[in-house]
Amino acid sequence: MLKLDSIQTKYGSIYALKGIDLVVNQGEIVTIIGANGAGKSTTLNTISGIVQSIYGRIEFDGVDITHMPADKIVEAGLVQVPEGREIFPQLTVLENIKLGAYLRKDKHAVKQDIEYVTSFFPRLSERFNQLGGTLSGGEQQMLAIARALMSKPKLLLMDEPSLGLAPKFVYGIFDVIKKVNEQGTTVLLVEQNATLALSVASRGYVMETGKIVLEDKAENLMNNESVKAAYLGF
Amino acid sequence: MYIDVYNILILSGINIIMVLGLNLITGVTGQLSLGHAAFIGIGAYTSSLLMMMFNVPFGVALIAAALMAGLIGGLFSIPILRLRGDYLAIATLGFCEVVRVIFTNMKVTINGEVQRLSVSLANIPQHINLPLILILVCFSILFMISLERSKFGLALRSIREDEVASQMMGIDIARHKVMAFAISSAFAGLGGALMASNITAIQPIDFGFKLSIGILCMLVLGGMGSIVGVIAGTIILTSIPELLRFAAEYRMIMYGVVLIIMMVFRPRGLFGNIRVNV
Repeated sequence: MLKLDSIQTKYGSIYALKGIDLVVNQGEIVTIIGANGAGKSTTLNTISGIVQSIYGRIEFDGVDITHMPADKIVEAGLVQVPEGREIFPQLTVLENIKLGAYLRKDKHAVKQDIEYVTSFFPRLSERFNQLGGTLSGGEQQMLAIARALMSKPKLLLMDEPSLGLAPKFVYGIFDVIKKVNEQGTTVLLVEQNATLALSVASRGYVMETGKIVLEDKAENLMNNESVKAAYLGF
Repeated sequence: MYIDVYNILILSGINIIMVLGLNLITGVTGQLSLGHAAFIGIGAYTSSLLMMMFNVPFGVALIAAALMAGLIGGLFSIPILRLRGDYLAIATLGFCEVVRVIFTNMKVTINGEVQRLSVSLANIPQHINLPLILILVCFSILFMISLERSKFGLALRSIREDEVASQMMGIDIARHKVMAFAISSAFAGLGGALMASNITAIQPIDFGFKLSIGILCMLVLGGMGSIVGVIAGTIILTSIPELLRFAAEYRMIMYGVVLIIMMVFRPRGLFGNIRVNV
């Protein structure tokens, strides 16, 4: 479904990605784990078109999206939940959710989907008319996910969904990721919490300083001695 | 003391139309424009010259003024789409000066007589009355309210909040900004056409950056992004110089003092409840 072929991305004169090859198949949850600064977020931002690669090719659903503008990539069905919950702070919760469905023309189905996505996060429906910026960190993350789901993505890119959240929120959010995946959305997940990420994913990639150093099934990575030592903390 | 309420109402109405236009691009979409005097001027000259040179009826001249200002506003916004904040402000300010200089150097033929626009263009037909202004103000307010509540308006507000996140929603930022600039400029042009017909004589210097700043002050005082704020801020700042005529040159001091007090105690404006990062 998604295929990265020797993608290189630069920030100024520094290579953030030094040739990434990565595949995500339909129906999978794939995770990219790695330390801070390894290039995980840059990989997602390059896929979603926020950052432009200088070399390589990205294919989504058989279409070359390497140089497509970010909004057209969303139109193709590839949606990112950005790191740090970039919600719209001065728009209401409901307006935030509606913006997720911006490209959709089927008004009636959109209404039903608002109910559907908020069924994952009942807290949000209690706060529809509150401004997004007044939500707690965990609620903002829920809102960012709910908003992304409103566009009915084929592939959901998630950047550090557990970042800065209390443990009870983290498990809730990972439950939702599993549920969303069971209902047919493919997920590419970037996480620092490697244990949790590998527990929901079917496959994983390990990144170090702009390169992929390891690729395997999630359970094999969990049992890999070097991964254990470096990222799982036991 | 004699207060010309009728005149204040007419001036306020015309200014409200212009400030509503500015509010769309600056208050709603978050793009600071210091160039709106240019679009007001384009509207003023378009309608005045159409009426004086070709005897076009006033209604048609008004529409033409709005369309012309909207078209130029939309085209002008294309090369500056990437600019934000102070850079955008300076680019729009520059545009304002360019337009003023173009007017200053233009020559037109009216009734067989060649006339330079650098001198005052006088005897513009007067067609302004309070009912007309009230109708146009109501139309503008209703138009802006429905625009803001539409999906397009929601997208503009999301651009103000966060451009990258908006793009991640699939919003075509460039297209939305151009549209917002065009509509915003069209209202400025409409206001300019009304202003010209009201004062019946205009010159290029009337459309310098002082006017841009003047309408921006009305918007900031009322509260960016708030239509009620636009109305209140415009009426207050339009009235102060008129009400304080007896104070002669001291009245502009009062004007400044009001602005300073406002910014210290209510930086979001009288009715503004959002923070606009322009």
